Amino acid sequence: MSHEHVSNTKRIWFVFGLLSVVTTIEVILGIYKPGVLEFNHFVGLNLLNWIFYILTIFKAYYIVWAFMHMEGEKSSLRWSVVSPVIFLVLYLLFILLTEGHYIYGVFKDSTIKWNF
Amino acid sequence: MGATVTTANNDEKTWGGGHNEPLGASYGKMMMWFFIVSDALTFSGFLGAYGFSRFKFIETWPLADEVFTHFPFMHGVAAPMYYVALMTFILIFSSVTMVLAVDAGHQLKKTKVAIYMFLTIIGGLIFVGSQAWEWKNFIKGEYGAVETVGGSLLQFVDKDGKRVALADFAVKLPEQREALTRSHSTWFMEDAQSLPSYTVAEVQAGFKAHPEILIRTEKLTDNKKKTVLSREESEKHLATAKYVVEGANLIRNEYGNKLFADFFFFITGFHGFHVFSGVIINIIIFFNVLLGTYEKRRSYEMVEKVGLYWHFVDLVWVFVFTVFYLV
Repeated sequence: MSHEHVSNTKRIWFVFGLLSVVTTIEVILGIYKPGVLEFNHFVGLNLLNWIFYILTIFKAYYIVWAFMHMEGEKSSLRWSVVSPVIFLVLYLLFILLTEGHYIYGVFKDSTIKWNF
Repeated sequence: MGATVTTANNDEKTWGGGHNEPLGASYGKMMMWFFIVSDALTFSGFLGAYGFSRFKFIETWPLADEVFTHFPFMHGVAAPMYYVALMTFILIFSSVTMVLAVDAGHQLKKTKVAIYMFLTIIGGLIFVGSQAWEWKNFIKGEYGAVETVGGSLLQFVDKDGKRVALADFAVKLPEQREALTRSHSTWFMEDAQSLPSYTVAEVQAGFKAHPEILIRTEKLTDNKKKTVLSREESEKHLATAKYVVEGANLIRNEYGNKLFADFFFFITGFHGFHVFSGVIINIIIFFNVLLGTYEKRRSYEMVEKVGLYWHFVDLVWVFVFTVFYLV
């Protein structure tokens, strides 16, 4: 096995601190919602949501790499687990969100009133 | 070191779980990873469907920080986010105790593993309990609303835009109808749901008697607030009311779009089910640790495998938290 049997409690507590700090930042941003971030857009998404998603991925990375100890696995295992998820999820989100947006346009522009 | 736990089969070939370890992981661990891959895709499908519906109704979707505002022992205080933030910390912390248990397992320290497993189980139970409380508040509702014949939702606010509960202005009219229950009916007839506290007529009469109350529609304005109508517009809208909605169920909810509550129940419910099964599995492993099963094997890899599952549950919550409460 690739992991040595030394204790790495120090790293565990470090990652815990990191995840807590990131969550706290998310919560503070979520409560105050600074207008500068919320009403400025970048590639169709407002900056606040960009920050939320980036911080989420950041947390996910640390959970998988440190807590699930992915960093100690062989790179073949790493790739065979991580890459299908990333590519399939990106594809799924692309399809679903594009179509959702399209239907929004249909409801908005057509003469049919679905909700009045 | 060949840390495979299938000690009985160690002389067999690959498919018997023998020495050959593809991807450098034991059979059980690798399969746990691939189970997690498939489960991650399931959750992605659900969250993607949520995104689809939200994009479809992007202009009328409920605002999460108006929905989840409860905190234990702080009745009537609007505390958006605090409670979910607390739940998130509880789950992250139980992840930490889990990884500490795995760490202690690597050093074959039985007592330490047992203690950390126990703390993980406690954390999981607190999380599930917190979620139950969150559901209770969500189902009970706070203000109440009415639904129009067209299926859109009308909420009530005062002059300052503060929400007003139905109980604050609706009047009690003499004609009443009681919900039909099985015990009073013939041939299995009953009302699908219990009747709301007020009828549409009572809400309309109360609205007429309180000229300061306005109606808020689901439509979001440019600065991401709900649209408040003028008094005349409000009266016109209220005339089309069809149902009084209190709290939330799978058919309608007082927060806004029907799909919002459906997705909330389904996704947090599915995640809560994962936490619950994680707790059960952790309890089984905890007792195995106490019984010395892994001490005899000289390997705590089983703790590591359930640890993977437990961290995955935490990982999913990180995404659910972002998608439901933050964005």
